[in-house]
Amino acid sequence: MKIMLIIVGMTAATYVPRMLPVFFMDRFSFPGWFKKWLQSIPYAALGALIFPGILWVEKDKPLIGIIGGLVAAVLTIFDLHIVIIMAAAIIATIVSQNLL
Amino acid sequence: MNPPKDFLSGIKAGSPIAIGYVPIAIAFGALAIETGLSVSEAVLMSVFVFAGASQFMAVSMILAGASALQIITATFFINLRHLIMSMAVNAELAEGSKAWKTALSFGITDETFALLTLREKVDQKQTTRFFTAGLMIVAYSGWVLGTTAGCVSVRVIPAAISAGMLIGLYAMFIGLLGPQMWKSIKISIIAVVSMLLNAIFQSFLEPGWAIVLATIMGALIGALLMGEQA
Repeated sequence: MKIMLIIVGMTAATYVPRMLPVFFMDRFSFPGWFKKWLQSIPYAALGALIFPGILWVEKDKPLIGIIGGLVAAVLTIFDLHIVIIMAAAIIATIVSQNLL
Repeated sequence: MNPPKDFLSGIKAGSPIAIGYVPIAIAFGALAIETGLSVSEAVLMSVFVFAGASQFMAVSMILAGASALQIITATFFINLRHLIMSMAVNAELAEGSKAWKTALSFGITDETFALLTLREKVDQKQTTRFFTAGLMIVAYSGWVLGTTAGCVSVRVIPAAISAGMLIGLYAMFIGLLGPQMWKSIKISIIAVVSMLLNAIFQSFLEPGWAIVLATIMGALIGALLMGEQA
């Protein structure tokens, strides 16, 4: 039930910004700082989603999350597909779960 | 204007997006099931929301025990950028009634926006509503079918691997953010500031609100820092 409420709410929260310009395009004129704020939001959100949550991937063992995260972070240097980065981090985490 | 031909060339132009979406959608489907969503809930989320980053965010916040209101608020802010993208796409659409444009605006994502607004400079062709529809429908199909495949595939993934799936969620966020951080010092600052703000806010707020507040404030700092280009 809660999940269905989340889906309905997310649908509205996502569709309204997509659809508004069709009707109010001529009236919209955003100041520069507002556009920059909008452009910055995804990066800020990703940062907040990663840290500090990643420390609690495994209860009471922050090192496990740190290792998985570092593997993923290092691999982003090499322009790999995101699914490969995910697979490598999962493997690194499973290995370190068994060693630590 | 030639509707069937425009539609087909839209499908052709959009298929690289669809191919890119499929593996990510598979990962989303698998993670959603691991988090405890049912197959129909996971697929319905892709059908109605069709916004990758916020869907992964929702799964991660559900996992953290966030409330529906917190998740919906965070979704609103993350997807507010589509407002600007939609303005650009609507300016690009050469023809079509308000009803068509209202329907087509559902298909605006980072990727369809980028392709639609950049292509005219390359192709020198008009962006018609049928072309746009073809492009969006193929991208959307990739997202929804990929999600379904991910939900099904999770049943055959061994337990040892599924235990490591949670880190997959974080690796997804890192995989999205990392390449941008290497390219831009400003993006790096935005991301790191948000991380630190979130860590501070988490000490006295619920995790869901801490993420929302850290996102809004971290991005505000980004807006102050940013020069002409993002």
